[in-house]
Amino acid sequence: MPADVFHSTVTQLNALMGGFFLLSCFAMVATRQILACLKIFVVQSIFLAASACLLGSLHTSWHLFEVAMITVASKVILIPWLLRRSISHDIYARREVSQVFNIPTSLLMALALALFAFFLARPLLPRLAGPSWVNLPIGLLGLFIGAFVVAARREAIPQVIGILAMENGVFLAGIAIASSLPLIAELAAALDALVVTLVFGLLASRIHSHVGTTTVGDLATLKEE
Amino acid sequence: MARHLLFNLVQVLVVMGVAPLAKGVLVRLKERVQSRQGPSIFQPYRDLRKLLCKDEVVSEQSSWIFRFTPYIVFAAPIFVTLLIPVLTSYPLFFAFMGDMLGGGFILALAGFFAALAAVDTGNPYGAVGASRTRMVGFLAEPVFMMVFFTVSFDAGSTIPYIVQQVWVSPPSNFFSPSHVLVVLSFLMLIIAETGSIPVDNPSGHFELAMIDESKALEYSGRGAALMKWGGHMKFFVLMCIFLNVLVTPWGLAGSLHVTDLLMAIPLVLLKIFLFLLVLVVIESSLAKLRLFRITEFLTAAFITAVAAILTRLLL
Repeated sequence: MPADVFHSTVTQLNALMGGFFLLSCFAMVATRQILACLKIFVVQSIFLAASACLLGSLHTSWHLFEVAMITVASKVILIPWLLRRSISHDIYARREVSQVFNIPTSLLMALALALFAFFLARPLLPRLAGPSWVNLPIGLLGLFIGAFVVAARREAIPQVIGILAMENGVFLAGIAIASSLPLIAELAAALDALVVTLVFGLLASRIHSHVGTTTVGDLATLKEE
Repeated sequence: MARHLLFNLVQVLVVMGVAPLAKGVLVRLKERVQSRQGPSIFQPYRDLRKLLCKDEVVSEQSSWIFRFTPYIVFAAPIFVTLLIPVLTSYPLFFAFMGDMLGGGFILALAGFFAALAAVDTGNPYGAVGASRTRMVGFLAEPVFMMVFFTVSFDAGSTIPYIVQQVWVSPPSNFFSPSHVLVVLSFLMLIIAETGSIPVDNPSGHFELAMIDESKALEYSGRGAALMKWGGHMKFFVLMCIFLNVLVTPWGLAGSLHVTDLLMAIPLVLLKIFLFLLVLVVIESSLAKLRLFRITEFLTAAFITAVAAILTRLLL
């Protein structure tokens, strides 16, 4: 395959992965069910890993392949396993979790955040001329929508997934900015996410065993007793 | 020029002739997935012949709208057929008469008259169906506009024949995020517009749950046949736009030879068959949404379309 055809195809595929990442961010806002939310997070991490692989093959940089491997190991396998263990039976039975806004409203708010992220990233794009320019605005958008998920969900586990989605967004933007980050930094970030999940999962299951619910909105009323 | 005109007419004949077959194949496939025998794939033709032979009963209370609507519903997809690539990849005689927006308006006109006719007879189910279709329709409209904008920004044109070429020439265009997201969004739009399962159940016969079907309840004889045939053709035309312009813009006749045109017919039918398989999988694996969750379905389609235009314009 000629070099320029390879280059343009990989750039386009990377942009496509970015597009799917964007879509999975919105899907995370749109789903009602906790397990579906978790599955979307796994899929989103796979898109992140794919984008890292594509950029790695473009820059012939092993660091990006390592990022992809760390992402798959921690976010596709370990974190979902940990979260699945900490989801209580009560939530399995209820399946749907309440939100602060209804789904169309929260989707439109997420859309406003997306526009904001794009306009914020726009002045930076000319400096990033290269195949990875899609990653910065979409990563920024992942960060904002993750924060929105944390704010709009009333259940502990989806909030944790929101924090992890923010982390995914930062990673996606990170591989665009710094294509040769030292491995130790990547490992530290991945381990950090893992520890965060572990602590939150433990906390959620402890709260559930004490209070009987992990619905965040209801927890505020317990302060008086 | 004469040949362009002739080919355009062949397109119309193909759409008129094959549209009921597509419907028959879809019904048959769905029944087979549910491990039932299912009617023959030619059943829609038999239904149409039976209805055309029967007498028509028209309520005394109804106005001219009721009598004219079947002709409008029947003619609208034929006009759209003249504008879109069904068999050829080069513009035909009527191609520049209207763009995709024009086609959308023609189909919307048919929908508008169908809703009016449903209210016209005073049948309570008709009014319920009409208001529900309007609800789905006005939620689908912004999605259609967004898809249309994205596609025309990509192609720099609004004529479907020209748009189609954009995704053929450099193959990497086909994988651009805006294209893939537009395809997803348009798929959701087709499901909503043709009343397929997550939005509406086309084979249901329970009047209170109907959305699309309840509009034509009052028609009999020739009127019913034209409404049904028009519905089949609308479905076929939407599939043609989806497949020939967006998803698989290959396999169309490239030259003015008659043999090329005849070769294109089986290829288009094959594409439609494959799409019907996908549609059957979607329809069999999802449950019908509650009426007020249709808003969420179409909002998701809208967000997908906006994501497409964001990746196109701002990146």
